[in-house]
Amino acid sequence: MVQRLRVRYAKRGRLRFTSHRDISRAVERAVRRADIPVAYSAGFSPHPKISYAGAAPTGVASEAEYLEIGVNRPCDPHRVRADLDASLPPGLDVLDVVEARDSGLADRLEGSAWELRLPGVDPEVAAKAVEAFVTADRVEVERLTKKGLRRFDAREAVLSLAVQEGAARAAGQEPDWPCVILRMVVRHATPAVRPDDVLTGLRLVAGFAPLSPPEVTRLAQGPLDATGEPADPFDFDRVGGNR
Amino acid sequence: MSVESLFPRLEPLLPKVQKPIQYVGGELNSTVKDWDEASVRWALMYPDAYEVGLPNQGVQILYEILNDLPDTMAERTYAVWPDLEALMRAEGVPQFTVDAHRPVRAFDVLGVSFSTELGYTNLLTALDLAGIPLEAAERTDEDPIVLAGGHAAFNPEPIAEFLDAAVLGDGEQIAIAISEVIREWKGEGSPGGRDELLMRLASTGGVYVPKFYDVEYHPDGRIMRVVPNRPGVPTRIFKHTVMDLDEWPYPKKPLVPLAETVHERFSVEIFRGCTRGCRFCQAGMITRPVRERSITTIGDMVENGIRESGFNEVGLLSLSSADHSEIGDVAKGLADRYEGTNTSLSLPSTRVDAFNIDLANEFSRNGRRSGLTFAPEGGSERMRKVINKMVTEEDLIRTVTTAYSQGWRQVKLYFMCGLPTEEDVDVLGIADLAKKVIRAGREATGSRDVRCTVSIGGFVPKPHTPFQWAAQCDHETVDRRLRELRDELRGDKEYGRAIGYRYHDGKPSIVEGLLSRGDRRVARVIRAVWEGGGRFDGWSEHFSYDRWRQAAEKALADEPVDVDWYTTREREEHEVLPWDHLDAGLDREWLWQDWQDAKGDVEVEDCRWTPCYDCGVCPTMGTEIQIGPTGKKLLPLTVI
Repeated sequence: MVQRLRVRYAKRGRLRFTSHRDISRAVERAVRRADIPVAYSAGFSPHPKISYAGAAPTGVASEAEYLEIGVNRPCDPHRVRADLDASLPPGLDVLDVVEARDSGLADRLEGSAWELRLPGVDPEVAAKAVEAFVTADRVEVERLTKKGLRRFDAREAVLSLAVQEGAARAAGQEPDWPCVILRMVVRHATPAVRPDDVLTGLRLVAGFAPLSPPEVTRLAQGPLDATGEPADPFDFDRVGGNR
Repeated sequence: MSVESLFPRLEPLLPKVQKPIQYVGGELNSTVKDWDEASVRWALMYPDAYEVGLPNQGVQILYEILNDLPDTMAERTYAVWPDLEALMRAEGVPQFTVDAHRPVRAFDVLGVSFSTELGYTNLLTALDLAGIPLEAAERTDEDPIVLAGGHAAFNPEPIAEFLDAAVLGDGEQIAIAISEVIREWKGEGSPGGRDELLMRLASTGGVYVPKFYDVEYHPDGRIMRVVPNRPGVPTRIFKHTVMDLDEWPYPKKPLVPLAETVHERFSVEIFRGCTRGCRFCQAGMITRPVRERSITTIGDMVENGIRESGFNEVGLLSLSSADHSEIGDVAKGLADRYEGTNTSLSLPSTRVDAFNIDLANEFSRNGRRSGLTFAPEGGSERMRKVINKMVTEEDLIRTVTTAYSQGWRQVKLYFMCGLPTEEDVDVLGIADLAKKVIRAGREATGSRDVRCTVSIGGFVPKPHTPFQWAAQCDHETVDRRLRELRDELRGDKEYGRAIGYRYHDGKPSIVEGLLSRGDRRVARVIRAVWEGGGRFDGWSEHFSYDRWRQAAEKALADEPVDVDWYTTREREEHEVLPWDHLDAGLDREWLWQDWQDAKGDVEVEDCRWTPCYDCGVCPTMGTEIQIGPTGKKLLPLTVI
């Protein structure tokens, strides 16, 4: 392996229903189709050296997913961006590729900005629920994880949470169907506080319970800056310009 | 008249179901054509879950061929799981195609590919969700032509009342021909409605329209005769045979699913048909004669398929892949080409033959030697003669000895239980065979680290085979023999732990038997099962034998026939069988003679290498064996 390439990609529209495993199969095939000289692990069943950082859950769209590909021959990141994007189905879209300068990508993904579209919700009700959540010290929620039912605080990791101005149309609904948009930044923690945990929290503190499932999109993830917003995790790799 | 996408109505349901990705389409190499620009529109269905249906070669080939026609479009639809079915019913969302999420009812044809009879209840779910009347007789000009194909369509009688038409054999050319008939008929303004269209299709002789035939019965329940009920309809309907596979190198653009499916590989059919003459094997009987794809076309298809799909595994498919006349050169050529690229090759369906070890070694050059699979099918020498699986114990032991000594550690053996004339001793013979295999392996390797897995399934007599007259073994006997075999294997101190044992209980085979050799009266049973909640009968967690048994008792209460009559009853030579008017080219007298030979342990050779044994297919169908060798070799690919 002579080089590691960091890839930012989006999962959009109907492809938000891909699971993490679906994506890893699709990426492996796209890498082969794009003739990217991916390195393989040694051993009885060699695997391509592709690693994923902080994948969004099934059903959640994202503008900021990250993976890293180890290659055997130096590659031009711009070309890999174009080739890989062309080899993936529309909806899995490659947005940015840089050459890695260290091994710290996962550590740099400190927090995520999320958008939640809630169709059929009254903006005032949403605003009150958000107010109640934000002013609470702790909001204990429960979620079934691989390790069983876990109880944890969903409040502390939420750095900001607000109702966005302006109504929008939810997918599959008439244009006049009201749709509230929540925007929030959540610090990555263990156990991870996910958008649905915050929704559970909103229900617990204010009885806020939208009828339809929300459309959730991760807008960004990266190192949290002074204002509590995620910055571009590739800034570090770009120092000195793209090679 | 354009149709709207159902996706906006489907999308809110998807977060509530398991594996929603299977319903969204958008696979690499999938095609969405403009609705209004096509004059003939096909919805192609594989009546099982997406994960099983997507890799199906038949559907992928027809999907591509039909979409290649300028004025025809094809989209795909699959069985939806009960969780989504419930939500679709609640929200009034009809059966949809995954390509552009169009309603299935809006298409001209709903073509359904039946590899197995256990998909019949799923057909009813799809029709009902689509808003298409279940019974063909109740459909109007607003409904598509419901057309069945696939191996089960060689006896479509149990679902005849749900079908408008059925096609036997290879689909490539007949699908195009049907498209042409529909295009002309629509071009003329659809004169005479669906009845005239069906008449035009039936009069070609290549499309079976069940409602143009009446079935008359004897008082004791046997069929008296099946006759056309109007002029211009042929008395027999013939299967279709594509003669030159090199002219049909599909799939050219293999579908690459996002969801996980049962076969994650690019498959190339290296030949069609098989003349080994195994008497239990419906596929081998109805797909004759053997037609090979040439080594060069195989090479081109593999190269193209890998490039188009990005799959890292290639499967060379056929009914008995090692029988290709140039399989050695194919294997070596492909292994050379893809050495060092982490592309693996697989060769499903191979016979017990020492030559196959060389092949397997070629195929596993990258160092993966996990397991080899062979199918002796019968546990005793006598049983293998009855079924004409011409493999001796010596062959098997020699082959596995070679395999173990060349580094393979695991051998899987497939068998059947409940074969005609079978006795307990024949099934217990499987244990002896497995023990000998392990003993041979330990001797060859000097190690105890060798394993063998015995996999065994229930035999179901199938139409158009020499066993079509045979009594199916009752499930009590099958289950008892399987238990005794298990005890025999597990109880063995010396070898027991080296032998794995996988088996299924015998009840599903009885239902499969009912559907395989059933007639039109069985439709009532299928419908009653479906109304009682029957879905996904090929899945053990959804299948209910009791539901089938009870539905059959009720639905057939007024008839002189029952499940046993259809399954465990042996037929007389001249009894009219439900599929006798459907012609696979096999001479009925030859089939009967082969059935008699089976009972006398008489074997028959393969006509590829010995003189013709007069099965009747080639003269009836105007076909002949197409095999190599071509003498060509695969050239290395140039890497740019």
